[in-house]
Formats: sequence, structure tokens, C-alpha cells
Amino acid sequence: MKQRLITAAAALLLALPLAHAGEATPMAEDPVVEARMVAISEELRCLVCQNESLAASHAELAEDLRREVRTLVREGKTDPEIKEYLVSRYGDFVLYRPPVKPTTWFLWFGPFVILGGAVIGLIAYLRRRAGKVVAPALSATDKAAAKALLTGQDSPNSPKDQA
Amino acid sequence: MKRFLIPLGLFLVLVVFLAVGLNRDPHEVPSPLVGKPAPEFKLEKLGEPGKTFSPADMRGQVWLLNVWASWCVSCRAEHPLLVAFAKQGGVPIVGLNYKEVRGDGETDVKKLAADQEIVLTRQRAAGWLSRHGNPYTLSVLDMDGRVGIDYGVYGVPETYLIDKKGVIRFKQIGPITPEALQQKILPLAKKLAEES
Repeated sequence: MKQRLITAAAALLLALPLAHAGEATPMAEDPVVEARMVAISEELRCLVCQNESLAASHAELAEDLRREVRTLVREGKTDPEIKEYLVSRYGDFVLYRPPVKPTTWFLWFGPFVILGGAVIGLIAYLRRRAGKVVAPALSATDKAAAKALLTGQDSPNSPKDQA
Repeated sequence: MKRFLIPLGLFLVLVVFLAVGLNRDPHEVPSPLVGKPAPEFKLEKLGEPGKTFSPADMRGQVWLLNVWASWCVSCRAEHPLLVAFAKQGGVPIVGLNYKEVRGDGETDVKKLAADQEIVLTRQRAAGWLSRHGNPYTLSVLDMDGRVGIDYGVYGVPETYLIDKKGVIRFKQIGPITPEALQQKILPLAKKLAEES
């Protein structure tokens, strides 16, 4: 499925410049390079429109960077090498999946710490509450009413009949 | 009363976080290049066709590398400050003219003849400098933006303060403001000038 999506995205991306310029561009030459370029740049953030991936962005810088990624792919660089190339210039910010390191610990583990704290708080609260709550005693009429409701026999005063 | 203290405390923490977040500019991405040697390049100078400049030529000096282009609106806003600063002397400013023709969003370089781009680049860049003043000791032409990528340029203008050993010590993203100049760039440049 993912493979198909990537292929579809690659096809779309290939079609775009063709639609614009009406002339073949060299990047259509090698679909393998193109697919890898798209796969890599989907993992990277465009610095100009920060909520878009490098693969999706139409910003000029994104175009330049895609060209750069394409060149690196052709040179036979591995994915981590290509990402490192961009990180060394633009910082971890270009990665949609930031690396786990001391400065990002809060980012990675913060939510779990907060969740853990909330769970501990909830358990403590429930325990304290359990000691205080007394089950209400039901009178005979209450029980009869409950039974009537459960068996589906509406009492004559139920709102349903009035409606 | 006491039972409200914890939610109130949590709320205040949240407010502080959000307030800090609101006051930060998401477009200011800290550069990993600060503290690293300025990437080498060899580019043709604006005024002297055929002659090149590279950062190594500035070894032993504290200098500024300012990325600009004539199509860049913020550069125009920043420019008077640079011109005034250059008149005071002290810190030489080298201009990196970034994608002068390709970056304007109008010219399709593919339709230009091979030697046309550099001619246009020189024309536009020189024209802009003669209209608005030239604060640069020299400018170099980065027509395809490759050197820009090596410097992590993602918006023009950007300015790098480079020390005597060729290490980037500060990066200003966006136009230099009078405050940034007085409070950050000048004091740091002064300190760096005293380093051997």
C-alpha cells in the first residue's frame, strides 16, 4: 500500500513540471532515483512552508533541495547520509522524526511522563474516594421501578406515553 | 480553596509555556553552523568578471557575510542600516548575492541563453546597489543557490558573523535590526577582534 502511494506521489510529482513547462525535464529519466528522492523528502520538512514536507512543497528552496537530494541519490549516497547532509546545514528541524538525544528527551518522553503522572494521580484519587463513597440503599419501590425499566414495561407516567 | 491550587498551578504552567511559545518566531530555526567553520566556496565577484572570492581570503579578519538579492523586500528594508554601518567601518561586509535571477519568481532560467543569466544577474545586482547604496566590500554571485544551501540559507536576508579563524560565530535570520546590531553583532564582533 505504502509502496503504491509513493509511486503515485512520484507519478504526480513527475507530472507537475511537465504540465507547467510542456517540455520533458531530465528528472523524468530515472524513476528509481525519483522514487527514492520522494521517499526521502517526505521525511524532511520544508523550511519555507514549515508544515509541508520537502516532497510536497512548491517553495523554490524545496525545489533546490529536491534537486540536491536527487544528485546525492545518483551519487549513490545512503538515506542516512543524505539526511545528515541536510541536518548539517539546516539542523534537526528538517527532520519530521527528530532524533532521540538529551535536548529532545522532553519531547519524546514528556507525554509519557505526564500520562504516568495522570494515571498515578487518578489511582490515588479513586482509592481515596472508594473509602468515602457508600452504596445508596434502595427502597422496595425503587427496586420495583428499576425492574420495570429493565424488563421494558413502561410505567404509566413515563415521558414516552405523554409524547 | 486548597483543592483549586493544583489545577490553578497546572494552568499557570500551561500559560507560561504558551506565552513563551507565542513570543518565539517559528521561522527562526537555530543554525547548526554556528560554531562551525564557514563552508568554503569559490564564486565570481560582482564588479570584476572572471575574478573569484572565497572565505579563505578573509582569514585573520572578523567579517560579515550578508545574503541578499534585489528581489528581496526585507533586504531593501535592512539596507539603509547596512549602508550606515559600513560607513562607520570596522567590520567588512561581504555580500552573497543569492539567486538574483532564478529567485525572482518570474524569470524562467531555462528559457535564457547559457550566458544570459550571469549578464542579467550583474545588471540587476549592480543596478540595485547603485540605487540604494553599496555597503559591501565586495559581492559574490551565487546564481543557483548552491552556496546558499551549504550555508543553510532558507530565507533572505541572512547574515553570518565570521571570526578570524573562519568560524561562524553568529547568524542573524531575517533583516538585521538596530537592536540586533547594537546588542549582539557589534559587541560580539568587538570581542572577536580582540581574539588572536
